[in-house]
Amino acid sequence: MRALLLTLACVTLAARDAGATDLVVGRGGAYTTITAALDAAKPGDRVVVRAGTYREPTLVIRTPRLTFEGEGWPVLDGDAKREVLVIAADDVTVRGIVAINTGISNLEDRAGIRARDVRNCVIEGNRLRKNLWGIYLQRSVDCVVRDNDITAEGVRQTESGNGIHLWYSPGARVERNRVSGHRDGIYFEFSSHGETRDNVSERSQRYGLHFMFSDSCNYERNTFRENNSGVAVMYSRGVRIADNRFERSWGSAAYGLLLKDIMGGEISGNTFDRNSTGLFVEGSSRLSVRGNVFTQNGWAAKVLADADDNTFTANRFSGNAFDVTTNSRSANSSFDGNWWDEYNGYDLNRDGVGDTAFHPVRLFAMVVEQHPAALLLLRSPLVSILDAAERVLPVLTPEALVDRRPLMRPPQ
Amino acid sequence: MNVISLVLQAGLRDLSRNRWIVAYALCFFAIAEGLFWFGGTGPQVLLSLLNLVLLVLPLVALVFGTIHVYSSREFVELLLAQPVPRRELFVGIYLGLALPLAGAFIVGAGVPFAIHAGAGASAGGVVALLGAGVGLSLAFAAIATWIALHTDDRLKGVGLALGVWLATTVVYDGLVLGAAAAFGNYPLERPLLALMLTNPVDVARVLVLTQLDVSALMGYTGALFQHTFGTSLGIGVAAAALLSWWVLPLGLAGRRFLRRDF
Repeated sequence: MRALLLTLACVTLAARDAGATDLVVGRGGAYTTITAALDAAKPGDRVVVRAGTYREPTLVIRTPRLTFEGEGWPVLDGDAKREVLVIAADDVTVRGIVAINTGISNLEDRAGIRARDVRNCVIEGNRLRKNLWGIYLQRSVDCVVRDNDITAEGVRQTESGNGIHLWYSPGARVERNRVSGHRDGIYFEFSSHGETRDNVSERSQRYGLHFMFSDSCNYERNTFRENNSGVAVMYSRGVRIADNRFERSWGSAAYGLLLKDIMGGEISGNTFDRNSTGLFVEGSSRLSVRGNVFTQNGWAAKVLADADDNTFTANRFSGNAFDVTTNSRSANSSFDGNWWDEYNGYDLNRDGVGDTAFHPVRLFAMVVEQHPAALLLLRSPLVSILDAAERVLPVLTPEALVDRRPLMRPPQ
Repeated sequence: MNVISLVLQAGLRDLSRNRWIVAYALCFFAIAEGLFWFGGTGPQVLLSLLNLVLLVLPLVALVFGTIHVYSSREFVELLLAQPVPRRELFVGIYLGLALPLAGAFIVGAGVPFAIHAGAGASAGGVVALLGAGVGLSLAFAAIATWIALHTDDRLKGVGLALGVWLATTVVYDGLVLGAAAAFGNYPLERPLLALMLTNPVDVARVLVLTQLDVSALMGYTGALFQHTFGTSLGIGVAAAALLSWWVLPLGLAGRRFLRRDF
C-alpha cells in the first residue's frame, strides 16, 4: 500500500514537471513584474525575463527546481538600496541576468545574487555591476558559479565586498568567471572541497583569491593579475594550486601567492611573473612546490624560518632580483633539482645536473632583510663582490637552503 | 669655434689611430653579442652590461683619459705658442677625449641591441643603460682631464685616477652599506637617496635600476626609491646630479688650464 502511494506521488510529481510552464515577464509576456511571476511559479517551472530594467523589492526565489533566465540581458536594479536576487530553494538555476547597483551598506552584506541555505544551485552566465558583493553563497552546498562577469568600481576596502564569496559552502565549483574591482576577487571561508578553475581575477582592492579554513580545495588554471595585495591563502589543509598565473602584484605587502599556515599541499606548474614577492611561505609545512616558473620578480620566493618540511623541485628561477630569501639562518626548507639562471657551475659527467651546489640565498638578500634601506645598493659592484665571497665561504646565509643538484637546463 | 673643431679633429685623428679606443668599442660589442649568442635574453644582457658600465667604463675613462691628456702635452704646448685662445683649445682637447669614449661605448653596446631588436629588453632599459654609459663617460673623462692637468707627475696622476675609480665604484658603496647597517634603526631612506646622488656611479646605477628592477623596487623601501627616481622629476634630478658630475670637474679642469703656466 505504501509502495503504491509512493508510486502515485512520484507519478503526480512527474506529471507536474512534465507540465512545467514558462512564465514570461516583460514585453509580450503574461507578467509585468518579476515578483508576480515568482509568486506564481511552481517547482520545475521556468521564469523568463525579457529585456528591460526592473526595479522591484529584493527578489526571492522560494520555488525548488526553478530556472530563472534572462532574455536579452534584463537589468535588475537594486536602486542602491537593497539586495537584488536571493535564491532560497534547492536546485535553482539563474542565468543571463544583469544584477546591478546594490549600493553600499555598513549594516548588511548586500549581494547581487545570493544563495542562502540551499543545495545544487547553478549561477551561470550573468553580469554583475556596481554591487557591494557580487555572488554570495551562504551555507549552500554543491553549487556551481560559472561564466559570470563581475565588476565593481569600489574605491575603498571598507566600502566594498567580495566578487564571489563562499561562506560555509562546501563542494562548490567556481569556473570561468571574470572578476575585477571588488575587495577580494574570490573568497572561500569554511568552504571545503571546492574546485576553482579557469577564472580571471584582477585589480582587486585586496586579494585576487583569498581563502581561510577551507580544506581539500583545488585551484587550477586561474589568472590573478594586478591585485592590490596579490593572493593570500591561510589556515587550510590539503590544497592544490596548479597551473595558475600570478602576475604583477606590486607593493610592500603584495604577494603573488602568500601561504600562511597551510598544512600539506601542492603548488605546481604555476607562473609567478613580475611580482614584488612571488611566493611567500609562512608557518606552512609539507608543501610540495614543483615545476613552477618564477620570472622577473623582486623576491621570487620568501620562505620564513617557521615554515618547515617544504620541498622545492624542478622550479625555474630567472631574472629575479632575489631568488630565495628567509629571515633566519635556521631556515630549513629543501631545494633539490631546480634551475637557477644565476648558477654558473659545471657538469663534467653530463647528466644534466650541476656538479657544484647552488646557494640561492644571497648575502645581500639577508642584509636587505635586516636593513631594508640597503636595497638602494641593488646591483652595485660591491654587492656582487660580497655575494661572490659569501658563496665561496657561507657565513651568514642559511646552510640548509642549498640546492645540491641544480639543473643545467631549464625544466620543460 | 674654428680652433675647437681643429683641435677636436686632431684629437679624433689621434684617437682613431689609437687602437685602444677601437679595442674598447669591440670589447663592449663582443661581450654584448656574446651574451646574446649564448642564449641571453635582452634583460639578462642588460644586467651583465650594467656591471661593465659601472666597473669597466669608469676605469677606462679615468686611466685612459689621464694618459691621453698627458701624452697630448707636447701638442698643447706647440699650439699654445700660436695665437690661439686657451678656452677653445681646452674644449677641443676635452671633446677629443670624451666624444670618442662615449661614441665607442654607444656603438659597442648599442649595436648588438639594434641587431637583436632589443630581444625582449624594454626600450626604457636600453636607453637608460646607454644614457648612463654616456653620462659616466663624459663625467669621468672630465675628472681624468682635471687629474692630468692638476698633477704633473704622470705616475701620481694615474695612481690618483685609480684611487678615484676604487673610491667611486666600490669603497663609496661599502660606506653606504656600513651606514645602512649602523643606523638601521633610523628612517634612512631619504638620507641614503641623497647619498646616492653624490656619487656618479650610483646615480648611473639608480637610473638603470628604475627601468630594470621595477618589481623589486615596488616592495619595501623600494617604493620610495621608485617614486623618487622612477618619475620624470626623479629622472630629471638624477640626470642633473650626473650632469653636475660632468660640469664641475670640467670647470675645475678648465680653470686650471686657463691659469696654468705650461
